[in-house]
Amino acid sequence: MLLKTEALTKNFGGLTALNKVNFEIEEGEIVAIIGPNGAGKSTFFNLISGFYPSCSGRISFMGKDMTGTPTHEFACSGIGRTFQTTNLFTDSTVLDNLIIGYRSKTKMGMLDAIFNTKRARRDEGASREKAGEILEFIGLTEVKNQPVGNISQEAAKRLAIGLALVTEPRLLLLDEPAAGINHGETSELVKLIEKIQHSGITVCLIEHKMQMVMNLAHRIMVLNYGTKIAEGTPREINKNDRVIEAYLGGTKHA
Amino acid sequence: MDLLIQQVVNGFTLGSIYCLVALGLTLIYGIMEVPNFAHGHLYMVGGYVTFFMMTLYGINYWVSGLIAGIVLAVLGILLERIVFNPMRNSPSTNKFIAAVGAMMFIEAVARVLWGSDFRSIPAIYDNVVMIGGVRLTEQRLIIIAGAVILMVALYLFLKHTLIGSTIEAMAQNRDGASLVGIDVNRVAMLTFAVASLLASAAASLSGPIFLVYPSMGALIIMKVFVIIVIGGMGSIPGAVLGSFILGMTESLGATYISSNYKDVIAFAILVLILSIKPSGLFAKGGH
Amino acid sequence: MDLIKKMYKTKYIAYLAVFALAIAFPYISPNRYYLTVVTLGFIYAIAVYGLNLIVGYLGQLSLAQAGFFGLGAYTSGLLSLKLGLSFWLSLPIAAVATTTVALLVGLISFRTRGHYFVILTLCIGVIIHLVIEKWDSLTGGVRGLIGVPIPSSIGPIEFKSLESQYYLVLAFLILTIFVMSRIVSSLVGRTFKSIRNSEELAATLGINVMKSKLLAFGIAAFFTGIAGALFSSYIRFLGPEIAATHLTFEFLLFLLIGGQATIAGPLVGTLLASGITESLQFMQEYRMVVFGALLIVIVKFFPGGLVGATKSLKAKLEKRVNQRKKSGTNLPSKGESHAAKNRGFN
Repeated sequence: MLLKTEALTKNFGGLTALNKVNFEIEEGEIVAIIGPNGAGKSTFFNLISGFYPSCSGRISFMGKDMTGTPTHEFACSGIGRTFQTTNLFTDSTVLDNLIIGYRSKTKMGMLDAIFNTKRARRDEGASREKAGEILEFIGLTEVKNQPVGNISQEAAKRLAIGLALVTEPRLLLLDEPAAGINHGETSELVKLIEKIQHSGITVCLIEHKMQMVMNLAHRIMVLNYGTKIAEGTPREINKNDRVIEAYLGGTKHA
Repeated sequence: MDLLIQQVVNGFTLGSIYCLVALGLTLIYGIMEVPNFAHGHLYMVGGYVTFFMMTLYGINYWVSGLIAGIVLAVLGILLERIVFNPMRNSPSTNKFIAAVGAMMFIEAVARVLWGSDFRSIPAIYDNVVMIGGVRLTEQRLIIIAGAVILMVALYLFLKHTLIGSTIEAMAQNRDGASLVGIDVNRVAMLTFAVASLLASAAASLSGPIFLVYPSMGALIIMKVFVIIVIGGMGSIPGAVLGSFILGMTESLGATYISSNYKDVIAFAILVLILSIKPSGLFAKGGH
Repeated sequence: MDLIKKMYKTKYIAYLAVFALAIAFPYISPNRYYLTVVTLGFIYAIAVYGLNLIVGYLGQLSLAQAGFFGLGAYTSGLLSLKLGLSFWLSLPIAAVATTTVALLVGLISFRTRGHYFVILTLCIGVIIHLVIEKWDSLTGGVRGLIGVPIPSSIGPIEFKSLESQYYLVLAFLILTIFVMSRIVSSLVGRTFKSIRNSEELAATLGINVMKSKLLAFGIAAFFTGIAGALFSSYIRFLGPEIAATHLTFEFLLFLLIGGQATIAGPLVGTLLASGITESLQFMQEYRMVVFGALLIVIVKFFPGGLVGATKSLKAKLEKRVNQRKKSGTNLPSKGESHAAKNRGFN
């Protein structure tokens, strides 16, 4: 098992955004997290990527307890992520974004920089090489020297995925990757995600586009009001009463 | 014991002055998210206007203070229009630097116009009164009473007038205010006017005791920043509380710890607080 | 490709010319007064390079810089005055001491964000200033320290003359510029810039933001400390006002005039501003009136300073030239970039 959460909980003020969620992600699969707006999906992502500290519960990744470790440690351990609102270094080019993305894998420090040591040159070279590799992978080689402000929204989304990939993750978290892109682009995106999975990276995504989720995911977790209400294969989720109820607005309770 | 009471009263006096300046600063911060570095310098200009009204034109102390308040309100609006309004969408670092520029400018103009000498607003209320064995000059009582009256007035203004409650609503929650279609420009100008008026009043009240000089703004602005950080930036009750805490600590610290290092106390408190709680003592929200 | 080569060549020649000018300056300077002004300008410039690393590249407005400058100056000055240490020992000690204090300050202040950080560093600067001013028995209080010795001679090289001190300061300035340009053009510098752009994103990419911030803060303080030590042995008198926030604001002004996050900016800004200051000597009092207003204008209209403005002007010109070339071959640049974008999607 790659990632495991036990009774993961997060409160904001008096509000419980996520309530005792147990979940496991297996190596090599594509899992999706779905649920109505405000169900706690993004909160769950923010916790398992170390972006927020959790209030209680445990997170372990590849058998290592990650609870309470700082954000950058999550990335270094192999959890890469994208954000719902495409998050890029807006003041640099496509290539430069990816180069800095590889920084955590390089070792050079201040003295290497000042004396331009072998290690500095090697790290610099490795970063460029890796960035080039990812550019090829996400299909943005053509625009590599463009400032990120000049590329289209769809290309920016690809770049955000590339930025997560350049950190060489074992687990990639994608927060609504298909939001705001059209039908044709979505099928391109599905291909990219499958390509990522084939390259040996486990993928976990939050998505509202149901058709895409049903086609892509091996397993789905459903959140509602911060609690897990269902988990299973797309087929099982499709038939699950609690899920249908949650999506239809819980009329049976009222 | 008498010394202690004496120092407590002094602490209140100091706290009252801080409070009037801090309230304006925190209001401006709440409305515009600008740390208005020049606010202390408006206080300084208020002191000078009062001084010159009295000495050059022989105008009565209270009327001079009122004129200074009006002049400063206009200056505050100008500052908002010329410096801060054009920078509304700039990064916060740039706003900060612009405020520093405004501060340098105002102080330099004051030096050019009025020189670097210390001046004292003529004291007309320097009789000593005895209250329960404590010797007080009337001016100190006037400072405390004046500050209380102005605070109550501000409270009434914020709670019971439409524009005032708009300001308060905006200070608490900017996004909400812009949703209901408030004229942001008008609120911003009015906030600067009110804040500058309060600062000017603080200077008019304290001038007879604490003197008037061009760099008086630089010291008070830093202390007032300490206060609003302690009280939570943008919080009105926090500013009041913080002012009296600082005034009291300084007054007692100067007597019982070291008068030489009394000015360090404020800054040391801030460093201590932010070392323990990096988001401030009364930070809103949080996880 | 040719164009790039040519650009590098002109750049190289320009650097050489500036270097030659700096070397020849004591001989071509019309009077010795200019030499003292430029030497002091160089010392300030070293400190401004430190500020540039934090404000320009790391994007954190730290206002404790004059405090660190004063710390370096007083450490070096006291060591040579009271313990009789040679300048060559007191300078590195001052630099290391300043760095140590800065790292402690950084540990506290980098836990805060935004305006809290600015106000906290400002207060720390004020504390350093006040302690220097009030610690009479050690620092001489407001009277200051008089008669800090000049750097002792190394073998046959003496530092008695103005020219030799000029060259000494110039050597440190070149060292500073060299180190800074190596750092900012490396992955380390890219790390700083990524933090300036988005701390959150940098952290999610596995960058230890706190460590990077401390590194930048430490490097900056190291050079600010050196600048302070050079100041103490050059001016030979230290007063507490060299640690006052006023000086921080002046450094900030120098940086903004020249251009933050550029390598030439700090030097250009400092020399220009100290030049203006000196030529405005007769109207000393109006100086800050001009500078205060200038600061607002720069930050509003030219946030990149002189160097930044020149760069963007050059970029605009190049773009126009390129466009003209392309329209000559009937390939509008806009269409091409659009095509490139589309290709990116497939």
